Amino acid sequence: MENQQRPHILITGAAGSLAQQVINRLRESCDLVVVDFREQVDLGDDIPSYCIDFNKRSFEDLFRRYQFDGVIHLGRIMSSQMTRMRRYNANVLGTQKLLDLSHKYGIKRVVVLSTFHVYGAVAYNPALIDEEAPLKSAGLSADLIDSVELENLANIYLWRYPDLNITILRPCNIVGPGVRNTMSTLLSSEHAPVLAGFSPMMQFIHIDDMADALVLAYKKPGRGIYNVAPHDWVAYQHALQLCGCKRVPIPSIPPVLPRTLLRVLNLRRFPSYLMDFFKYPVVIDGRAFAKEFGFRPKRPLKEIFRFYRESKEPL
Amino acid sequence: MGIASFLRSRLISERLDKHVNSIDKPIGSLGYDPWGYNNETIKYGFTLARWMYEKYFRVQASGVEKVPDEGPVLIIGNHSGQVPMDGLLVGYAVANRPKKPRIPRAMIERFFPTVPWLGNLLNEMGAVLGDPVNCAKMLENNEAVIVFPEGVRGSGKLYRDRYKLQRFGNGFMHLAMKYNAPIVPVGIVGCEETMPAIANISPLAKALGVPYIPVTLPVILPARVHLNFGDPMYFDDREIPEEQITERVEQVKAQINLLIDKGLSERKKLF
Repeated sequence: MENQQRPHILITGAAGSLAQQVINRLRESCDLVVVDFREQVDLGDDIPSYCIDFNKRSFEDLFRRYQFDGVIHLGRIMSSQMTRMRRYNANVLGTQKLLDLSHKYGIKRVVVLSTFHVYGAVAYNPALIDEEAPLKSAGLSADLIDSVELENLANIYLWRYPDLNITILRPCNIVGPGVRNTMSTLLSSEHAPVLAGFSPMMQFIHIDDMADALVLAYKKPGRGIYNVAPHDWVAYQHALQLCGCKRVPIPSIPPVLPRTLLRVLNLRRFPSYLMDFFKYPVVIDGRAFAKEFGFRPKRPLKEIFRFYRESKEPL
Repeated sequence: MGIASFLRSRLISERLDKHVNSIDKPIGSLGYDPWGYNNETIKYGFTLARWMYEKYFRVQASGVEKVPDEGPVLIIGNHSGQVPMDGLLVGYAVANRPKKPRIPRAMIERFFPTVPWLGNLLNEMGAVLGDPVNCAKMLENNEAVIVFPEGVRGSGKLYRDRYKLQRFGNGFMHLAMKYNAPIVPVGIVGCEETMPAIANISPLAKALGVPYIPVTLPVILPARVHLNFGDPMYFDDREIPEEQITERVEQVKAQINLLIDKGLSERKKLF
């Protein structure tokens, strides 16, 4: 009897460390099915795990078999991964397939993980950007178009199919143990590039706090778009110092110089299309989410940076 | 002792340290606010501003106590001097007042964030990109905000137009009404003489993407500066047409003109 009341949830992007944290928080109270397009993740006998492309027909079989109540879509490919075309296929077309199936099979709750990158980094950005602010990044870099398109798509479904109860979360830099994104890689490294003379304000959220935010969002039905960020800030170069990174300045003027240099170097941890995020601040306002969902991050910036600093010290 | 701590010990007195720390500010765990203000950098800025305020420009300020002790407030002044020292001096006057000091935030031109080092430095000392959203969020945060509604029209004007107020934008009035923020007018006299310009090389300014390139002396002259703060002006937030907003802006402008005249009559020596 108890088993019948347990919600069935599909979690995408299961191979990522954030998904693992979310799975750990939900596995006691929910029946989970996890998927990832990259690899099959072994999570024990109680959690079925699949390596599957959302665009393949067999993906629908999962919906037929498991009768999901909700979907937590974390399977967005980051801008530093794969080619532009493959990202578009997975992030935009794959998400469209996922949302279509969610509608077809009567899913009642969908949480989509987006990113603050959608706002775009420009010199004229105000601080504490609201959810209503325009998404400028598509006009600034072709490499971020898929992130904006994914959001637009989720937005259309949010209004067209209110029963899906779609909530889109736009977190700031997710960092912490196991995170492999651009920012976490930079903070982990011994030497980190900086644009000479620029140290924009940044926000960081610990992976555990972000997992808590996702679980909170899933558990409280309602539609909407929310920024997720702690109400705390630090300048990029100061963050690097606190993490024990040695700063390597890259000439910043004229702007074409660092862009060309980064294109030539093609550094995975400092891609040219994210260059402006290390030049101009994109500070988001996470207060709406905190108020609506009662979210309070538990890991302060100092603790986050201590982890990176200590991980560099030899045992 | 490293260079940084040596400089700190020489430049930041214990009294200054305590003074800045005692001012209530909405900052995060590492001393920053969302606009980049830094509680440590401001102490160096304070030391520099003190020298400029007391020794270089020998500022005489009156009525600084008229800036309310708390809550949102807009400090509106006349802009001048090519290199806008006026914001720094007004800010220091309010931050250094003996009773209930506040660290006001100055709205700066939109090209500053694109300038390496300088953009960040200004932000760390409390300056903020002059964007209406920024101003609105700061008023919401109960900050005191310095606005020069003339913008570059004021700071870039030639010496022959000194103390002639240029066109004021209406944006500050909309924000004051929306956030129920009093407006404290301030008349600034002396900054016009710090860098008198006889011409502006517009084509070069356009090519470099800066608001103006003045033909002037390559130094900031030590002119005496007089700051006169006026009584707070209150404007209700009822829905009114833009024409009436402009009338309200004109009232503020008239007050600033009176305060400028007061400063000019008080001034005995240019330098």
